[in-house]
Amino acid sequence: MTFSAAEIWFIIIALGIGTFLIRFSFLGIIGNRRMPDWVLRHLRYTPVALIPGLVAPLVLWPEATGGTPDPARLSAAAATVLIGWATRNVIAAVLGGAATLALAMWLL
Amino acid sequence: MSTSTIKSVFWKGCRDGAPFILVAAPFSLLFGVVGTEAGLNIAEIMGFSVLVIAGAAQFAALHLMIQDAPTLVILATSLAVNLRMAMYSASLVPHLGQASLRRRALVAYFNFDQSYAMAIIEYERNPERPVTEKFFYFLGVVTPVAGAWYAFSLIGAVLGESIPTDIGLDFALPITFLALIGPMLKSVAHLAAALTSVIVALALGGLPYGAGLLIAGLAAMVVGAETERRMT
Repeated sequence: MTFSAAEIWFIIIALGIGTFLIRFSFLGIIGNRRMPDWVLRHLRYTPVALIPGLVAPLVLWPEATGGTPDPARLSAAAATVLIGWATRNVIAAVLGGAATLALAMWLL
Repeated sequence: MSTSTIKSVFWKGCRDGAPFILVAAPFSLLFGVVGTEAGLNIAEIMGFSVLVIAGAAQFAALHLMIQDAPTLVILATSLAVNLRMAMYSASLVPHLGQASLRRRALVAYFNFDQSYAMAIIEYERNPERPVTEKFFYFLGVVTPVAGAWYAFSLIGAVLGESIPTDIGLDFALPITFLALIGPMLKSVAHLAAALTSVIVALALGGLPYGAGLLIAGLAAMVVGAETERRMT
């Protein structure tokens, strides 16, 4: 790395401001103004539209195995989603998934 | 609003946020260690973790800095990685839009994957909660996660190369994300959106700068909303 201290701090501060503006965007500008129903209908699906897509490549092509699908991690992933779906409890799903991973890595 | 109600939603948030320490701690420790190895000093590492506070973007920036990429490329790439958070921001408007500007700014600063997903699950379970309670719940969720993020970045930066970077917790991050998905699957429309998200994200996994995820997210939102409209 050949950046000077000034350049490094420029990157940090610009990235900090830019990231904040992305996160603030709609929350800051729209505030308490009412949004049209069709917009709200789409926004209702934001979490379920992004989190599964974010995690899917990490599950199917885990970095720890160099990107090769791994039965232990796949079964832990399935168990985590199923427990979360059945119990609606995030903590139970994390613990159940971790336990499944430990068990599967020991068995397989 | 009584102080005891605020305290109780804040603590509920802390309890719900606590499991994500499992993600924040190793991830930020790793950032501190890798940053030190790359030549950043403690102040610069903490500058990243406090001012940017976004794991994937910090690693993207660090990776490009190690390769001596042009500053503009570093900024554009790392910010592109964060673009999904604009969608989180929009999705929080119906719940937190009525909060004061200062509170919305504070939420925005702490609006990352885990805090957003945990809070939105709680808001959809109890949509009638007053905005003040929703705000303090959010603060509760971020307290353990952000606390661990700052603390372990510092530990990683101070201890540096004496910490092995292979901590064997590679799957903690996927598991906590996966744990958030189950409670989100509330209807056929939600399931359709989730499946669309997975399929499109995997199909477009080769696109640079996380563009595949943004397209997957938009496609899945349309599928979810359309399924809902046709079924009601």
